Amino acid sequence: MSTIWAIGEIPDGVPTKLTLELATLARQLAEKAGGQSRTILVGQGTARAAEAAAPYSGAVLAVEVEPSANGPVAAQVAPRLAALIEEHKPDVVLIGASNDGKDICGLLLGLTDMPVLVNGSGVDWADAGPTVEMSTFGGKLVTRSAFSDGRGMVIVRPGTVTAEKAAAVGAVEAVDVGAAQELPEVKVADSVAEAGAAAPIEEARIIVGGGRGIGSAEGLRLVEELAEALGGAVGATRAVVDSGWIGYGQQIGQTGKIVKPALYIACGISGAIQHKVGVQTSGTIVAINRDPDAPIAEFADLFVVGDLFEILPALTDAIRARKSGIANET
Amino acid sequence: MNIVVLLKAVPVVGTERLGSDLLTDRAGQSEANGNDEYLLEKALQLTEAHGGDVTLLTLGPATGAEALRKALAMGATRAVHVVDDAVRGSDIRATVEILTGALKKMEYDLVFCGADTSDGLGGVVGAALAARLGLPYLSYASEIEPTDGGVRVHRLSAAGYDVLEAPTPALVMGTQLLGAPRYPSLRGIMQARSKPIETWSLSDVGVDAAKVGSSAAWTKTIDATKPAERGGATFVRESADVAVGQIVEFLGSRRLI
Repeated sequence: MSTIWAIGEIPDGVPTKLTLELATLARQLAEKAGGQSRTILVGQGTARAAEAAAPYSGAVLAVEVEPSANGPVAAQVAPRLAALIEEHKPDVVLIGASNDGKDICGLLLGLTDMPVLVNGSGVDWADAGPTVEMSTFGGKLVTRSAFSDGRGMVIVRPGTVTAEKAAAVGAVEAVDVGAAQELPEVKVADSVAEAGAAAPIEEARIIVGGGRGIGSAEGLRLVEELAEALGGAVGATRAVVDSGWIGYGQQIGQTGKIVKPALYIACGISGAIQHKVGVQTSGTIVAINRDPDAPIAEFADLFVVGDLFEILPALTDAIRARKSGIANET
Repeated sequence: MNIVVLLKAVPVVGTERLGSDLLTDRAGQSEANGNDEYLLEKALQLTEAHGGDVTLLTLGPATGAEALRKALAMGATRAVHVVDDAVRGSDIRATVEILTGALKKMEYDLVFCGADTSDGLGGVVGAALAARLGLPYLSYASEIEPTDGGVRVHRLSAAGYDVLEAPTPALVMGTQLLGAPRYPSLRGIMQARSKPIETWSLSDVGVDAAKVGSSAAWTKTIDATKPAERGGATFVRESADVAVGQIVEFLGSRRLI
C-alpha cells in the first residue's frame, strides 16, 4: 500500500497555505493509489499547528523540536525527516517549492536515497507511482515525469491544488525523533526585520505588477494603491527591483518568484520571456501598456492600450467605489 | 580565500528545446546560467578584496566551454569542466554524485552556487552537495562576508533577513541581491584565452559511469506537450475613463472583484 507524505512548514506555529495544499494533494493521491496520506510537521509549536492542519490531512505526524534549537529551519527539519523516512519508508514525499522547502528537499537528497522531481505544477497517480507535470523552458512545454520505481520526493509549486478539508479530521500523533545524522552547524546570529516589507506575493490571490513603464518610485505608488484597493499584493519585474524601488522579495520571473494568482495585472510590463516564466499560469492576466506591440499581448487576456498614469488612479477609484457600493448594499 | 563557483552552461534563454529523446538539447549555443553569475561576481569581489583564487566548476557537454571562457574573461582564475559522454541524461541524484566527486578533489574555503538554473528550476543541488560533503549550508544569500575562520551570510526571510554564521569550508547559495555581474573587459577577454580549462572525466572524479546517465536515472520524462496557447488578448483602445469601465466590467464578469 502506498504512503504519501506532505511536508508542512509552520512559521510561528501556523501551517502555511502551501502546507494545506500539500496535505490536500497527498490525500487526493492516496485515494487514487488506495494508500494512506500523512502531513508531517517538524518544528516548534507543532501541537497547535497540527490542530490547524488536521482537517486537511489523512493523518498528522507532529515532531516537536526543542525550543533551544538554533540554525536555519531546513537544518532542523531535514535530519529529523531523514530519520522518519528511514523508519517509515514512505513512497512519495511532497515538499513545497518555497525557499525552506527547497532547502529541506536538497538536504534530504544528500541524506537519503530518495530521487527527486522538481518544479511540479501538477501531480497525478498512474500505475505504481506519481506522474509529475512541470512547466519548462519558459512555459513552452509541459513535461510529465515519473520515478523509475515509483518512489521519490516531489517539489510542488504553490497553487497546484486548492486546499480542501477532508470528510473527517485526520488523527494527530506526536512522536519524538532525533536527527538521523547531524549536519554541520550553522548559527542564526540575528533575525532582522526590514521596515516596510511588502505583502508576500506567493500566496496572493491578486497581484498587481509594475515594470519599467512605471518610470519611477512615484509610478510604483500607483501600482501599490491599486493592489491595496483590490486586496492584492505588489509584484515587480527585475528592472524595477534593480532600480531599488521595491524589494527582491516582490520580484516575479526567472530569477525571482513563480506565481499563480487568480488575477495578475501587469502595469508597464513588456512581457519579456524572463518575466513571462513567472506569471504565465495566472488565472487571468490584464496588461496595461502604452505599446500595443509589447510581447505581453501574446499571453494577456485583456490588453488595455494607454497611459498607466491616467488609467491606474481612475481604476483604483473605480474599484474602491465598487467595493464600498457592495459594502453599502449588504 | 579560495572560492569554487558552480557555474552551469545552459541553453540560451528562449532557445531551449527538447530532443526527440526528451532530453534537453545541449548542442546549440549556451550561456552561463544567470543566477550563477551573481555568485561569480561576489566571488571576484571577495578575492579581489581578500586575496585568493576563483575556480569555476561545471558539468556538461563540450559546448559549455564557451560559457566558461566568458566567465574566465570576467576574472575567474581557472575552470574545471567535467565532461563525459556517459553523463548525458543524468538525473539530479547523478548530478550531485558527480559534483560531489569533483569537489572532493578540489581545495577551497567556500563553494558558491546560484539559487537555481534556467533549464532545471530545481534549486536543490547546492543543499544536497553540502549534506554529502559535510559542509555547512548557507542559502538565499543577499550578502556574503568573510569572518575570522568563517563566513557570515544574510539569508532572505519573510520579514527581512537572518544573519547566518558558520566556519569554513562552507557552501553558500546566493541570490541576485549580491549585485549585478560585471561585463568582461577587453583585457579580460584577451587574458581568458590563456587561462586553463581542465577537463575531467567521470573516472577522474571517481564516479562509475554505469551509475549516471539516462539508463541509470531514477527519474524519467514520459512525454512533453505544448500548453494551450494563452492570449488572443481582447484589446481596449479607449480613453482612460471608458477603458477603466471596461476593465471593471471584465473583472466583474470573471468574479475577480
